[in-house]
Amino acid sequence: MGNRILIVAEHDGARLNPATAKCVTCGSGIPDGEITVAVCAADASAVASQAAALKGVARVLAVDHPSNAYLLAAAVAPQIAALASPFSHVLGPSTTFGKDVMPRIAALLDSAQISDIMAVEGATRFRRPIYAGNAIVTVEVEAGAKVVGTVRAASFQPAPAGGSAAVEKTAVSAEIPAHTRFVSLSAAKSDRPDLQTAAKVVSGGRALGSAEAFQKTLYPLADKLGAAVGATRAAVDAGYAPNELQVGQTGKIIAPELYIAIGISGAIQHLTGIKDARTIVAINKDSEAPIFEVADFGLVGDLFQIVPEIERLLT
Amino acid sequence: MKRILVGVKRVVDYNVRIRVKPDGRGVITNGVKMSVNPFDEIALEEALRIKERGAAEEVVVATVGPADCQQQLRTCLAMGADRALHVQADGVIEPLVAARALLKLAEKEQPFLVILGKQAIDDDNSQTGQMLAALWQRPQATFASKVELEGEKARVTREVDAGLETLEVDLPAVITTDLRLNEPRYVKLPDIMKAKKKPLETLTLAALGVEQRQRLKLTRFEPPPQRQKGVKVKDAAELVAALKSKGIL
Repeated sequence: MGNRILIVAEHDGARLNPATAKCVTCGSGIPDGEITVAVCAADASAVASQAAALKGVARVLAVDHPSNAYLLAAAVAPQIAALASPFSHVLGPSTTFGKDVMPRIAALLDSAQISDIMAVEGATRFRRPIYAGNAIVTVEVEAGAKVVGTVRAASFQPAPAGGSAAVEKTAVSAEIPAHTRFVSLSAAKSDRPDLQTAAKVVSGGRALGSAEAFQKTLYPLADKLGAAVGATRAAVDAGYAPNELQVGQTGKIIAPELYIAIGISGAIQHLTGIKDARTIVAINKDSEAPIFEVADFGLVGDLFQIVPEIERLLT
Repeated sequence: MKRILVGVKRVVDYNVRIRVKPDGRGVITNGVKMSVNPFDEIALEEALRIKERGAAEEVVVATVGPADCQQQLRTCLAMGADRALHVQADGVIEPLVAARALLKLAEKEQPFLVILGKQAIDDDNSQTGQMLAALWQRPQATFASKVELEGEKARVTREVDAGLETLEVDLPAVITTDLRLNEPRYVKLPDIMKAKKKPLETLTLAALGVEQRQRLKLTRFEPPPQRQKGVKVKDAAELVAALKSKGIL
């Protein structure tokens, strides 16, 4: 018996979120599997064709419904639950979208959920971090039960292009509640790469001292590197940076090629968010700062001198 | 009565350094400090503030877990909860079981809001609130950083990857709390004394008609791989040269 894997696509109505391509990679690790991506949207055609182009995807279900103009867990969950019965696995990304909707789906299916899958060890065996990544647990789903899980983005590469899956328009008969309504989304508009998926990240901590210094010091370097900007919880709480820049256990968990930690001491909850970075550079005036325990390259000194100097050297 | 139900969990205190047992069968919790899950403290704080504004009359705190959980329920009563419900259960309680138990309590208590932390800092599952909302067939507003009540509705600002999202939900609803929603109050000694006299009711899963099923087997625990400590460079020029020579820049 083959495994049939359903992946819940995340998108903004126009573009497929890269976290979905990582779910495809995770799904591809399940032995003897066939991957279907479900795109719930007001008009799913554009996003569905992006999903169909991912290598490893066999089928795309385009679920058009007016209530999908903005994806709400209360509306998406019954649609996915209605599609789920032929599938052995239902996966979504461990983003705020997936964390919101997947447990709702799991409960409708009377299934347990495996959150933050970081490795696939078999069709019913997975590994996931607990205690903020301070322990890793191997989880086994009881035989015959549906596997519902969220996929930790930092643990999987996105599936490459090269697929040509069939897109099927699919109507679902699900009762969609009207008790939850979208009001607004305020996002800081930025021309920089997205923090969650950027190859390079320049990140600042409380040592920056002010919102103005945070911008003046970090942004020119980030722009020169084509990097996203991140921040510690302390820097966010102090008002130096907006909360969507927060990296760490309670913010974003990221895995860039290069992470430059500037004026960051390295609290455990922050390190949890950057454990999977390929290369970590730390710049801090305190040579005893815990960030140096995990940094590949450490530079002790005054960040206000060092950072502009690095920027000059990159010209 | 206008009532808020708050779900809490007893967890290893966030300051404890977590260590995996040498036999790989769990993490060491013997003799370790236990606390109310920090996100659940935020949930309780929010409920108390709503009550103090006059928008609720009673705050009921509930947990599912072993007898020792009563310590954490007493802490919640000392913070200001009016009464506590303890659903006693030993062993692994999966989020779906906790959600089913909370559903039974919600049906009994008829709260207009159920507030929980967005996740417990032990299992990091982030499931119980969403599962409860699904089973209760009510709205969910997860990862809340602002809650405004307007009659029969709530307007909730959520911390999402893209920024701040605002939803309007009909009540009753389930809200899960993010870090920036509020800063929980400290418990004062007289309140601890007072809390001893507040009602704490003990129930069982069986009495609620909830089966304590474990669907996920936790077969092995291990410490995370450690990053190797790197090298110190002396200045910006050496750093840039090193990154270039490794092909990173």
